[in-house]
Amino acid sequence: MYQYDQYDHAMVAARVADFRDQVRRRLDGSMTEEQFRPLRLMNGLYLQLHAYMLRVAVPYGTLSGAQMHMLGDIADKYDRGYGHFTTRQNIQYNWIKLDEAPDILADLASVEMHAIQTSGNCIRNTTSDQYAGAIADEVVDPRPYAELIRQWSTFHPEFSFLPRKFKMAVIAAETDRAAMRLHDIGIQIVKNAAGELGAAFYVGGGMGRTPMIAPLIREFVPIDQMITYSEACLRVYNRYGRRDNKYKARIKILVHELGRDEYTRQVEAEFAHLLTQGIEPPLAELERIKAQFADPAFESGLPDTLDRSDPDFAVWVDTNTHVHKQPGYVIATISLKPVGGIPGDATADQIRLMAALARDYSFDELRVTHTQNIVLPHIGKADLYAVWQQLNEAGLGTPNLDRIGDIIACPGLDYCSLANARSIPLAQKISERFAPREAEIGELKLKISGCINACGHHHAGHIGVLGVDRKGTENYQLLLGGCEGADTSLGTITGPGFDEDGIVDAIEKATEVYLAQRGDGERFLDTYRRVGMAPFKEAIYAKEPAHG
Amino acid sequence: MKILTGNDLRSGAVIWWDGSGWSLHVTDAADVGEHGEDIAARENAARTVVAPYVIDGEYGPEGPRPAHIKDRIRALGPTVRLDLSLKPADPAAGNWVI
Amino acid sequence: MVETQLRFRDDEPVGDPAVTVDSFGDQTNAAAVRLEPGDDARDLLPHLSRIKLVDVNFPAYTDGRGYSAARILREAGYTGELRAVGDVLIDQLAFMRRCGFDSFAPQAPLNAADAAAALERYPDVYTPAADGRAPIWARRHPQDGNR
Repeated sequence: MYQYDQYDHAMVAARVADFRDQVRRRLDGSMTEEQFRPLRLMNGLYLQLHAYMLRVAVPYGTLSGAQMHMLGDIADKYDRGYGHFTTRQNIQYNWIKLDEAPDILADLASVEMHAIQTSGNCIRNTTSDQYAGAIADEVVDPRPYAELIRQWSTFHPEFSFLPRKFKMAVIAAETDRAAMRLHDIGIQIVKNAAGELGAAFYVGGGMGRTPMIAPLIREFVPIDQMITYSEACLRVYNRYGRRDNKYKARIKILVHELGRDEYTRQVEAEFAHLLTQGIEPPLAELERIKAQFADPAFESGLPDTLDRSDPDFAVWVDTNTHVHKQPGYVIATISLKPVGGIPGDATADQIRLMAALARDYSFDELRVTHTQNIVLPHIGKADLYAVWQQLNEAGLGTPNLDRIGDIIACPGLDYCSLANARSIPLAQKISERFAPREAEIGELKLKISGCINACGHHHAGHIGVLGVDRKGTENYQLLLGGCEGADTSLGTITGPGFDEDGIVDAIEKATEVYLAQRGDGERFLDTYRRVGMAPFKEAIYAKEPAHG
Repeated sequence: MKILTGNDLRSGAVIWWDGSGWSLHVTDAADVGEHGEDIAARENAARTVVAPYVIDGEYGPEGPRPAHIKDRIRALGPTVRLDLSLKPADPAAGNWVI
Repeated sequence: MVETQLRFRDDEPVGDPAVTVDSFGDQTNAAAVRLEPGDDARDLLPHLSRIKLVDVNFPAYTDGRGYSAARILREAGYTGELRAVGDVLIDQLAFMRRCGFDSFAPQAPLNAADAAAALERYPDVYTPAADGRAPIWARRHPQDGNR
């Protein structure tokens, strides 16, 4: 894992002092809320429905045990004993006091964490593959490249007042586990025919009210020009991205309006110019970072088998673990989606338990996933049963990864000032309704957003739900056929919306169509893609037979 | 009725104008009539409140009730964590917001 | 009237009124020009040798186009005064300095002590810009030089 040196420590410490001063000036009246707002946002401090909310960055989703433990302690000390893991691999606290926010940042800094640029119209936390460094199908570990981007983008003087927020993701495997093409910039680290590393740039993806899949604008940027190319992409956006309409200000609109070719032409011209400006870190810096992401000291020759005699354990192993690149180890995902629970929430005690398990069994590493779960990336198979038992006792053993109960849901109208409808109660109802049939239904990614901003990724759900406000009451639209990853697609709205009970019934009808029509080995998405919307629509909107 | 609401600048807590000061309980809310914007500007300048705004409300059996669901959820707390709401002992408190 | 509050240059300030980019091309004796957010700073590049002052206007501090304009001018070798005018606030000063601004004419005067503190708060920078400061990566790898 990356460890701060004296420079990183000094920068984060300066930020804490900076924000402490900004809070002082806000409270003593030398700054108005209008002036303070973007500054607090750039420190991840929002004003939400019930209180201030603090979003803490988890760069590329990687945490140490000590960092995770601190997240639990902060939940107890400054909040109400829990935190919420988000689709941006971050954690949010919902009940923060303004005058305590600088102290939280200081506590975070003590474990090399921060809330820098977790909001605002700047380059946000860079996300990555939650299995990075543990999975066999990656070209390299993508995290050193994400760390390089973190440093480049932190306090970037030119790109802190962009037309709109800017999200980047870096992957290095053919299997995209980070929804890379739904980001403002998605980077895939690749190897060319000569065996050299480079970065494929996908620019202009995103969700929100105008979802778009990012087009590839450059297949191969030499790895020692990646930062310069990123700078060129951002400069063209900063200069020409729309600022007249907040809803058309994301880079996806610029790329779409200019067309991919014209946008690329402008980027290439800027890139040629910037190559002369000496902004690229030397390869020695990349090597320095890479060394810190070296494999932990895996033991070789460990037994590569599991004792599956406990049937509950065997079920969890089948759903929630993934093959590790090192024989004798396994990648385990902890579901934060207990039946009837709040997706992504964890109590302080649960957070500290996960921290302890990471320290004792996973080389002190955890990952946050964009599906709001936690990964223990390197568990020895011999330890897995003991780990599962502790998780299970703490309510963290739900065996439902990628199943219908593994719902992504934004905080919705229960917490969020932008929301139009509640997301969480719906997620709770769905997970309760379908829990008995979860295994039968198999892989089904269900995603709920409480407004058009799409923080719950509803466009990318095999089943997506969008909450809207219809004349002051909550109403839910149903989408089918979305998918993130290599075969990214956007969901299609089925038709008129539903109330809270109606949408759960509609989802049930959709799953029944799938179960009746699925072919061998087909997932819900596969069946939908094969048979199309019509049979689903027919079942969902069929008139109820009259009850006699 | 017109209700003035916002958040406490320091604590972030949801607050309601009660005619002479701020209350945590919407049932204390006063009808600010035409004066909401003026009070908001004054209180904003005094740095007691952040992001104040005026909403529509009506008198219900329990007192003033915001017209829109968003402000009813603000008045109560998260419906999915009633233990953290202003009515932790009432399991049916969530029905009030619908 | 544009009034400079902070200036980080020793030369004599230019007294000329700044003209718009459109009229600057025709007024061959003008030495001061004013860039609005929608203007292309590169339109000025053919004329850099006769420019002594560029005002970059920030009608709203949230409009960050002026940062790119400033860097583009400095990257092209412009050495004259580069002044940020308009909605210029304390917490943007450090970024502006990094992008090459060397004087500031805020429409509302800034608290001098707070401004000075904000400019000195960060001991280092992660990425190179137009101010010549060596980024942290250069400090970490002095032997690699500034490529």
